Amino acid sequence: MKKNRYAYYPGCSLHATAAEYDRSLTAVCRRMDIELVEIEKWVCCGSTAAHTKSRLLAEALPMASLARMEAMGIEEVIVPCPECFSKLKTAQHHVARDRKTRKSVADIIQTQCYEEARIYHPLKIFSEDPLLSQIPSLVTQDLSGLKIACYYGCLITRPPEIAGFDNCEAPESMDRVLKAAGLRTVDWNHKTRCCGSSFAVSKPEIVKDLSGQVLDDARSAGADAIAVGCPVCHVNLDTRQPEGFDMPVFYFSQLMGASFGMSPTDLLLHRHYTEANTWLERFLQSGYITHLQ
Amino acid sequence: MTEIPVKGKTYHFSDAVKAAGGIDTSWCYQCGKCAGGCPLVHEMDLTPAQLIHGIQLGLTDLVATSRTYWMCASCQTCTTRCPQHVDVAGVMAAVKIVMENEEHPPLVPEVQAFNFSFLENIKLFGRTYEPGVVAMFKLRTREFTRDLGMGVEMIKKGKFNLLPRFTGAWSVRKIFMRAGRREKR
Repeated sequence: MKKNRYAYYPGCSLHATAAEYDRSLTAVCRRMDIELVEIEKWVCCGSTAAHTKSRLLAEALPMASLARMEAMGIEEVIVPCPECFSKLKTAQHHVARDRKTRKSVADIIQTQCYEEARIYHPLKIFSEDPLLSQIPSLVTQDLSGLKIACYYGCLITRPPEIAGFDNCEAPESMDRVLKAAGLRTVDWNHKTRCCGSSFAVSKPEIVKDLSGQVLDDARSAGADAIAVGCPVCHVNLDTRQPEGFDMPVFYFSQLMGASFGMSPTDLLLHRHYTEANTWLERFLQSGYITHLQ
Repeated sequence: MTEIPVKGKTYHFSDAVKAAGGIDTSWCYQCGKCAGGCPLVHEMDLTPAQLIHGIQLGLTDLVATSRTYWMCASCQTCTTRCPQHVDVAGVMAAVKIVMENEEHPPLVPEVQAFNFSFLENIKLFGRTYEPGVVAMFKLRTREFTRDLGMGVEMIKKGKFNLLPRFTGAWSVRKIFMRAGRREKR
């Protein structure tokens, strides 16, 4: 088996509202010689709703997808959506520690629970050697004029015994990856503060409040743009900006792709709600940031 | 100590929470660190620590009429910081399950409506069909005009897949059925 071969669980968002995350991540992985094999017929992980209805359901849904991965004969899976990442790891954590749950879940999904699966967020493998030291050699576009606030949100690093990488209060992995790709990152306070997550539909005013705090802090720390690694954080920060705030929000993989020389259109930047496509194009042409309008 | 019936049997309230979420609330010694870090505590009527105290004391009515557990975004800050390793965010989810089994009306119906819409949606499609979740949510809450402009803009940008797909739908429905049957036992 090739060393850099991983199973891939994109999750529902990456096939819909976050298609740009999917596109940029797979493109970046191809450049880094990582082969991603999508799990066949994966199903929804249950996200923010299943565990408020039934604990067994919240454990069975992720385990069903992991069981399909076992059938493919791959041990390691990359899960770019933190909501899915957290749900897959939580289910695996519970099933591995409780024999009764394991038996019930196996009955529900009608196959064995795959407890040995190793589940990674892409930031984990990108921020560690050998991949981290490989990144600078792939950079073809100088983006050192951009100052980025790396926003981790909640579930990439929390709770630490589930996520199992980086520091849960002051994470550094995304900063390391983007610095290796030639960007500058800022120190700021709201790295792991919640953006309001699934209240986006049910309680938009809460999201406006919480995401507003994150955006304000990023600006006062001197950042030109925000980088995220979560489809929900992206939607919330991108769509709930106050009138005239105009701070582009990128997936970290889009910024990596841009520094690897991919064009803004290839990275699907035109799909963003807050203008990011023209912003980056102008920066690439002139070498400095021009504010729109 | 108030006793409430859950699934036909009588438990103490904290036992019902333990049965629903597998979390032992008796470890909590009321330091309030969960309340200190919670980004949504200003939207709650009881702090997470107070809600847990209510569970420990078996004050079912106090907990049932609280907004607290509906306003939790499951950001896991409290769970991460708890010095006693109580999964506080998990308690919020467990209380939701207990209260739903008890058929208490939710104090923040929009949140419950969203959760229902989401689950109905994956039960039908196997994977989330986002326009379906939004449509179902709007039908439940009857708030058709909220965020309409933003929705239209997102459709224009091609953010939504307009047509649903049914990959894995049948296996998800079977998982729902079997899990439901097991929970009833």
